[in-house]
Amino acid sequence: MHSNRILAAALAVALVPTGAAFAAGGSGYVENYSFSFDGPFGTFDEDQLRRGFQVYTEVCSGCHGLQYVPLRTLADEGGPNFTEEEVRAYIEQNFIEVYDDDIQDWRSATPNDHFPGSALENAPDLSLMAKARARGGRGADYIASLLTHYNGSEQEQAGVFLYGNDTYDGGYLAMSPPLDDGWVEFQDGAPNDLESMSMDVAAFLMWTAEPHMMARKRMAFTAILMLSVLSVLLYLTNKRIWAPVKAQVKGGTPAE
Amino acid sequence: MSGIPHDHYEPKTGAEKWLHRRLPIVALAYDTLMIPTPRNLNWMWIWGIVLVFCLVMQIVTGIVLVMHYTPHVDLAFASVEHIMRNVNGGWAIRYIHQNGASLFFIAVYMHIFRGLYYGSYKAPREITWIIGMLIYVLMMGTAFMGYVLPWGQMSFWGATVITGLFGAIPFIGEGIQTWLLGGAAVDNATLNRFLSLHYLLPFIILGLVIVHVWAFHTTGNNNPTGVEVRRTSRKEADADTLPFWPYFVIKDVFALAVILVGFFAIVGFVPNMLGHPDNYIEANPLATPAHIVPEWYFLPFYAILRAFTDDVFIVQAASFLTGGIIDAKFFGVLAMFGAIFVMALAPWLDTSSVRSGRYRPMFKWWFALFVVNFIVLTYAGGQSADGIWPTVSLIGSAYWFGYFLIILPLLGVIEKPLPEPETIEEDFKAHYGKASKSDARDGAAAPSPAE
Repeated sequence: MHSNRILAAALAVALVPTGAAFAAGGSGYVENYSFSFDGPFGTFDEDQLRRGFQVYTEVCSGCHGLQYVPLRTLADEGGPNFTEEEVRAYIEQNFIEVYDDDIQDWRSATPNDHFPGSALENAPDLSLMAKARARGGRGADYIASLLTHYNGSEQEQAGVFLYGNDTYDGGYLAMSPPLDDGWVEFQDGAPNDLESMSMDVAAFLMWTAEPHMMARKRMAFTAILMLSVLSVLLYLTNKRIWAPVKAQVKGGTPAE
Repeated sequence: MSGIPHDHYEPKTGAEKWLHRRLPIVALAYDTLMIPTPRNLNWMWIWGIVLVFCLVMQIVTGIVLVMHYTPHVDLAFASVEHIMRNVNGGWAIRYIHQNGASLFFIAVYMHIFRGLYYGSYKAPREITWIIGMLIYVLMMGTAFMGYVLPWGQMSFWGATVITGLFGAIPFIGEGIQTWLLGGAAVDNATLNRFLSLHYLLPFIILGLVIVHVWAFHTTGNNNPTGVEVRRTSRKEADADTLPFWPYFVIKDVFALAVILVGFFAIVGFVPNMLGHPDNYIEANPLATPAHIVPEWYFLPFYAILRAFTDDVFIVQAASFLTGGIIDAKFFGVLAMFGAIFVMALAPWLDTSSVRSGRYRPMFKWWFALFVVNFIVLTYAGGQSADGIWPTVSLIGSAYWFGYFLIILPLLGVIEKPLPEPETIEEDFKAHYGKASKSDARDGAAAPSPAE
């Protein structure tokens, strides 16, 4: 009777779903999303990058910066692919300013300047976040996961409010849930639920971290194709060169 | 060159004779390229060419990277991002350089294991082996300093941990550490001297590679049988060898092309697979990463370094006998450098009269275990030092030293080797004389001897 109860308890522990275990542990859970840029053939979805850029501008950029990303690259191929006029308009509409050492004053940014850095001291720069959190090459998954896996718990530590998150290491982070359903309106009418927006901004941050990803994959295909052809040619050359040597051995007196 | 009878360069035209009297450079190139090479070399003999290719590739891409890189603690990280974003093709050059280091180390480990299995280190090739070991140590130094240059979190903390090892040397350690770093901690002075040395060492490696090639061109190549090429007559030498060009150059370049297909797949599709994500966070002396790990090619030695903790008997004994001068940390450092040192001594530790592992039935198993042990140590070095991993590392380290210091000397005495073929010609005929389809090298029946 007694042992039965112990057995049942052990079974109950063993059968707790892993998701619940993560929630209890409170950290490290990264959902495996399906992005357009996954895999060797994957490419950035221009519309998604633009939507993610909008989410970044309206929400993230309040605190976070993109200090390594030149504004002009918004007009690059393989990225959001805006026109130069659109980039200039973006700078004007958002009053982006930079500090110029030459004139020792602030001036409005040009497309050659970079995005501003983080406005809040403890908000990390997001330029490279998708690569800096890429455990197992899943940086965009991490970002989307972080944004969608706030669990509603709160904690106060040394006067700072921390918010529970199943993705964040340690389970609690200082950033309050930054996004929720419908907080950003997209012009193209794309879904603006929390998960869709999180994926959009994660895709945009993948682009800021790896702006030449599509060129890189193209290079890989070209290199692999050319080297494969070269390998075949060299294989045939090698076979041809060695053929007389091997034939001589075969045709000659038996080895023994 | 190698004492193997073969054709020598004869200047024919007037211009050639004019040049040859003043500088026999064409003769040097000819003799180097046409060196008689054992005809039975297998696919493990291709790594030399791969290594030369890697060295040239790293030097060329490195020189371009330096043109755009800024060695300053405030600017280095941003300058790497500048290379990745703004420099034409900069991302490709940087990723090739970054992953090129890994290809370099894969090739050098294959090259070293080939030498260990086929007894390439044995007389008369000890100098070739020693120079190879020097090259390997310099490669590790170069790679370590190169990893610091992007000034990411792993760069900074890796440098802090590794230079800290020198601080473990009794009495003079702290002085050496300060001298290496150019200050009390890893800082701007460190970054500057690491760039300087990272640029210098590859050229020293290049010089040593030339001596390495010179040395084995003097002794002749080893081969899978370990039987020497016959030098008694031209006819016999020709039966054992083929000129390096074109037979082995084409074969090696073919292998290189196949390897590069894999290399560019990694560079193009998963360029950061072998790196650490934390290195995309700029170095911050105030925030220690949760888990500091070196690059994968250092992991076996990192495992050996960490294996010798305070609770290991031999460490306690060493500490007691030296009156505490050798503590656990210093013991680990000694073990790590000692691991490479005992490998360099292999020519004198291996007492077997038979060169190639192919004819050594017991050695084969110990060697296979050595390779497995190397892989286990690599894995253990990447795990955090708790649970079973310190024990695994300790056993692995013990086997590493046991292999060189006990097994190699003993096997030469107790092992009964298998009969070796009389000549390389005989081995080659045994391999190709029969029309075996299963042959991995080139099993398909050769075309009829029309030529």
